[in-house]
Amino acid sequence: MDELKSPILQVRHLSKSFGDNVVLRDINFETRHGNVICIIGASGSGKSTLLRCINMLETPTSGQILFHGQDITGKGIDINAYRAKVGMVFQSFNLFNNMTVLGNCMAGVTKVLKKDKKTAEDTAMKYLSKVGMAEYINAKPHQLSGGQKQRVAIARALAMEPEVLLFDEPTSALDPQMVGEVLEVMRSLAKEGMTMVIVTHEMAFARDVSSRVVFMKDGVVAEEGEPAELFGNPKQEATKDFLARFRNQ
Amino acid sequence: MNLPGDADFFGWVLYIAKHYGVIFLNGAGVTLLLALVGTLIGCVIGLLVGVLRTLPVRRDANPFVKTLHRLLQFILAAYIEVFRGTPMIVQAMVLYYGSMQVFKVDMTPLFAGFFVVSINTGAYMAETVLGGIDSIDIGQTEGAMAIGMSHWQTMLYVIMPQTLRNILPQIGNNLIINIKDTSVLNVISVTELYFSGNSAAGAFMRYFEVFFLICVIYFVMTFTCSRLLLWIEHKIDGSSYYSLVKSDMMADPSGHNPVHMGGGKTWTN
Repeated sequence: MDELKSPILQVRHLSKSFGDNVVLRDINFETRHGNVICIIGASGSGKSTLLRCINMLETPTSGQILFHGQDITGKGIDINAYRAKVGMVFQSFNLFNNMTVLGNCMAGVTKVLKKDKKTAEDTAMKYLSKVGMAEYINAKPHQLSGGQKQRVAIARALAMEPEVLLFDEPTSALDPQMVGEVLEVMRSLAKEGMTMVIVTHEMAFARDVSSRVVFMKDGVVAEEGEPAELFGNPKQEATKDFLARFRNQ
Repeated sequence: MNLPGDADFFGWVLYIAKHYGVIFLNGAGVTLLLALVGTLIGCVIGLLVGVLRTLPVRRDANPFVKTLHRLLQFILAAYIEVFRGTPMIVQAMVLYYGSMQVFKVDMTPLFAGFFVVSINTGAYMAETVLGGIDSIDIGQTEGAMAIGMSHWQTMLYVIMPQTLRNILPQIGNNLIINIKDTSVLNVISVTELYFSGNSAAGAFMRYFEVFFLICVIYFVMTFTCSRLLLWIEHKIDGSSYYSLVKSDMMADPSGHNPVHMGGGKTWTN
């Protein structure tokens, strides 16, 4: 059971700058099998950039990202194979507009994992049923509501059967009614032991589901801890300020 | 032979249509063939060049690969600039007579015609394709990359199908332009529509009547093509509704999910 004990993902001394603009400074954290890490913080604190660095959509300026101990920022790493194991769900869904719901969920399985069509279809249907979108397999993305799109996007990521799922503010582009249906899906994933890293503004959700919460401010990890502790008894002034603003809303 | 009177416009038109109709239709066929094949090959060239122009190079790639990449980008840019920046009529002359004189290749005028129209269209299409690719939301690329697709897979399965749909009007535009502009190939004696018109006009010295007829034939061709393209665009867009799949896949006796067992139709918009 070594696999369960050793970290899946480790971020070490990660920094990222765009020109002179330093967005991330010396970020460190790790996640183990079945952990749910929520990253919270004000807009512009670098949460999304951190997540995009983990999936190598942004190239870190310095530092390491270790996946099962292997540095994926190094030379000669097959980034595509890594990305197939680390799924990502975006704020703006990013479903393929030229494909149906079913096509979206099958594309990665057939083209990247090279599974046959029948297997891909079964896998896609399994996860579309899980997110409650099995009825909509013939629909095109533009015919769906935001919440439905995001649930399909989650199914698409799940169909790759990844080891880790990254969520980049998955409910920020949704109206309040639809936020619930997406969070519900994510809650059930957490319950099933899916390893997830979630950037979110949903504090109640973060408190309920996460194993650890990371609070970011101005490109650094300002505080990190168990959700009960970080939300109930924050140590840093910055964390207190941030949480107070959410309570007042 | 009973020739129509000098002022009898319609008489002349009918007379020429009767005697030169088949020749004109042959010319129109050659024109259409040149335009269709030229546009098709041009599109293939344009797609290839357009995609190659978006080819990323890894930051940690070795210097040889980087130099090769830069050289390729230079050649592609040069190709586009040269063929967009010179008239097709001049390209036809240079290519047809140049290949004969320098390379001792005696290509038929028709082959030279196909060649010139194709590479000319390719240069324009390359720019159109590049613009089309740029117009696709970056989220589509990121979505594809996030599930592990390579640059080529992303292009082939996600970006290109959307780009093609978006640039379809521009492809149609090119086809129509090519139907008209292949007329310049008469300078290398390609027997297209304008060329056959010219020979008929010369025979009777009736330029107005002949080219009035030629004009009508050109218009019929371009108008038919533009309507046909509109129809294709609607076909590609598909229906504006989808059917819900109501049945429970677990209960499906075939053990296979019922993709085609449509339930009630759901209208959107």
